[in-house]
Amino acid sequence: MKLAVYWGAACGGCCVSVLDVHEKLFTVVEHADLVFWPIALDIKYKDVEAMPDGSIDVTLFNGAVRNSENEHIAKLLRKKTKILVAYGSCAHLGGIPGLANFSTKEDIFRRVYEESESTINPEKVKPQPKFHVPEGELEIPEFYNDVRALNQVVEVDYYLPGCPPQTERLVEVFLAIVTGAELPPKGSVVGALAKSQCDECKRKRTENKLVKEFKRPVDVIDDGETCFLEQGIICMGPATRGGCGVRCIEGNAPCRGCYGPPPDVPDPGAKMLSAVATMIDANTPEEVEKIVATIDDPAGTFYRFSLPGSILRRKVIV
Amino acid sequence: MSYKPKIVAFLCNWCSYTGADLAGTSRMKYAPNIRIIRVMCSGRVEPTFVLKSFREGADGVMILGCHPGDCHYHEGNYKCLRRYHLLKKFLLQMGLEEERLRLEWISASEGKQFAELVDEFTSQITALGPCKVKETVETIL
Repeated sequence: MKLAVYWGAACGGCCVSVLDVHEKLFTVVEHADLVFWPIALDIKYKDVEAMPDGSIDVTLFNGAVRNSENEHIAKLLRKKTKILVAYGSCAHLGGIPGLANFSTKEDIFRRVYEESESTINPEKVKPQPKFHVPEGELEIPEFYNDVRALNQVVEVDYYLPGCPPQTERLVEVFLAIVTGAELPPKGSVVGALAKSQCDECKRKRTENKLVKEFKRPVDVIDDGETCFLEQGIICMGPATRGGCGVRCIEGNAPCRGCYGPPPDVPDPGAKMLSAVATMIDANTPEEVEKIVATIDDPAGTFYRFSLPGSILRRKVIV
Repeated sequence: MSYKPKIVAFLCNWCSYTGADLAGTSRMKYAPNIRIIRVMCSGRVEPTFVLKSFREGADGVMILGCHPGDCHYHEGNYKCLRRYHLLKKFLLQMGLEEERLRLEWISASEGKQFAELVDEFTSQITALGPCKVKETVETIL
């Protein structure tokens, strides 16, 4: 079996989660030839281009699609691969890089190449995709205006969510593929549960979720056992798939939503917005506004990992 | 050709839809830009419905429910009120004008108020001009 791992717009954490199989890596290597993995192997793009179409059995594509290089390799690997897996939150729904969809390419370039405190660039030089030097023409990838999830660029066979995905889930999925177990229908989310985080959460909860104020975790002395939401701390649990083993909550931090929405939820942020809003303990517009004002950044909080994969996809361009 | 805004309106079955019906049976005239969707309760209107409306090309969205205290399900309209204010804050962050979303209470006997509201909201959205959500999404490669 031939296996490839690639990173698009990613932090490297997904590749590390693959390395985290530790000694099980030997089991993996026993069954699989690693034919392409930029973080670990020196294989060039032209080597991948030379491979016959459909010759790679499984590709774990992590990272979002942010520039023309990411897009080129996504399309290339799609052609060369039988089973293309969107691995991790960024490939799944856009992830943290997807938060750049609150800005435009112009905003980002202005900030980075003109305004940032450590930048000295009086001529306002900006990266150009092509540049002539005496030796010839230099080319760098084109930075796109929008961040996209993998399935907005190519067809994806499976999604393995998480930031990063839990390594145990990867091993399970991988073993299912090599042992020839019956695979779920194409387009399925694998390595995660159909139920929400709350179903797995061991914290105590009551029916009364009404709060007068939302607080940042730093403003609350957490008792370690009461539902975060009931303490007024925004926890993405209700709008997030289980499967990670409620790791953040077990570590006394609220869920941030990296596993994406449960099945049949078209827009994770809207679902969370709906859930949080009904907790507001007020019945007049003025009081409701006052409590809403205690949620600093609803868009960034509810869509932390999913803006490109959401209904609106990005901030409106006027 | 002058701009004709598209407006999606979610009307609760018990008060507002009946109010709109009254406007109709009373042969009141109001702006034809509104596309009415009947829901069982304003509390049934998920934020997803509103986002989807904008994504599909709506220029404005109205949610109409029973007056506070009159909800057929006791508190559905209060839940709607809470979602509405949080949703407006979210829409502002996404670069939409908050006036594009409106929540109002229309009872079963307020056919006249319904007709006036539709006219007023339609002229407000006409003044705002087209909503750019659909266009923005279509510019993404």
